[in-house]
Amino acid sequence: MAIEVRIPTILRTYTDGAKQVEGAGSTLGELLIDLDRQHGGLRERLVDDGGLRRFVNVYLNDEDVRFLAGLDTPVKDGDTVTVLPAVAGGGI
Amino acid sequence: MRYENLLDSLGHTPLVGLPRLSPSDDVRLWAKLEDRNPTGSVKDRAAFFMVAQAEKEGLLSPGATIIEPTSGNTGISLAMVAKLRGYRLIVVMPENTSEERRQLLRMYGAEIIGSPAAGGSNEAVRVAKRIAAEHPDWVMLYQYGNEANARAHYETTGPEILTDLPEITHFVAGLGTTGTLMGAGRYLREHKPGVKIVAAEPRYGELVYGLRNVDEGFVPELYDPKVLTTRFSVSSADALRRTRELIAAEGIFAGISAGAALHAGLAMAAKAVNDGDPADIVVLIADGGWKYLSTGAYDGTLDEAEARLDGQLWA
Repeated sequence: MAIEVRIPTILRTYTDGAKQVEGAGSTLGELLIDLDRQHGGLRERLVDDGGLRRFVNVYLNDEDVRFLAGLDTPVKDGDTVTVLPAVAGGGI
Repeated sequence: MRYENLLDSLGHTPLVGLPRLSPSDDVRLWAKLEDRNPTGSVKDRAAFFMVAQAEKEGLLSPGATIIEPTSGNTGISLAMVAKLRGYRLIVVMPENTSEERRQLLRMYGAEIIGSPAAGGSNEAVRVAKRIAAEHPDWVMLYQYGNEANARAHYETTGPEILTDLPEITHFVAGLGTTGTLMGAGRYLREHKPGVKIVAAEPRYGELVYGLRNVDEGFVPELYDPKVLTTRFSVSSADALRRTRELIAAEGIFAGISAGAALHAGLAMAAKAVNDGDPADIVVLIADGGWKYLSTGAYDGTLDEAEARLDGQLWA
């Protein structure tokens, strides 16, 4: 088993169009480094200066990792990580 | 209850228990029914406060034109307030919003400018900003950055909840402009140490995230992550399922964003049960289901409803 990572449309140029990729690591930071080995350039679109980019949201099993431990958030096999660009909410 | 006029009847919405969805006597869920506002949504509070503030600052004089990017409810609320106060309203709205909202807006006399569906509200904000710049005499209240939006909830929603439920442990609401969570969240944190403020963010289909690159994202100016305890991304499928559970279990016919908030509320409830902690969790029901009937959200199986909802803005 591995960690499943969902990639938004705008970043699929780095994953040969794949919506979902798999990676390994014990933290989110390690997972992103592993993903970058397979899909060169992807990590740089998500992370700068050691933190998540301003308009990038990453969710571990639907919870925003900024409220967990950011890049140090522990991850394990079977988890789902979702990457999404920050967009304006409906403003219902 | 008697009021001098419709605007005076704003707020003071019921807080009702959800006994069938609550996991135990110690871990209870409550619904703040914001559909009981004048135009049927929580947005009446923000619309009224934003217009009142603009009047106070002298930005609005009789006959003035207001322009606002909105996917619906804010537009409908503003249309009502504008009608009663004598202003012209233009709303910039993504094409992928429900027909009910358009009919309501037109009935209130608002003019609608469509923005491309791809890009969702991001695009509506961009278009509205561009048009506002071309018409310097028009007033854009700009709900994403207007402190009166959050203040409406600091001064009304938050105090109402704390008065009705002093034992509150969690406040859960949808995250859009972030006004509800920032305003009510700040008030509750100041008056109820330890209270948890939980955001439920709608996760739409692919189309809505149609940005050209990640640097074009959008974070509302009102947003301050320090107010939140945590934030969940809720899929259309989960939001729909919970919206139907609200009807089936508690008889509450709510909009889809309420289902998203309930989903996060139930996650908090499950955690409290797991940790052996008592909890009183308030879930904000932003509006009723009426305006979403044409989306097919309430018809057929969940899978069918989810497929129909793909690409639509449901919150």
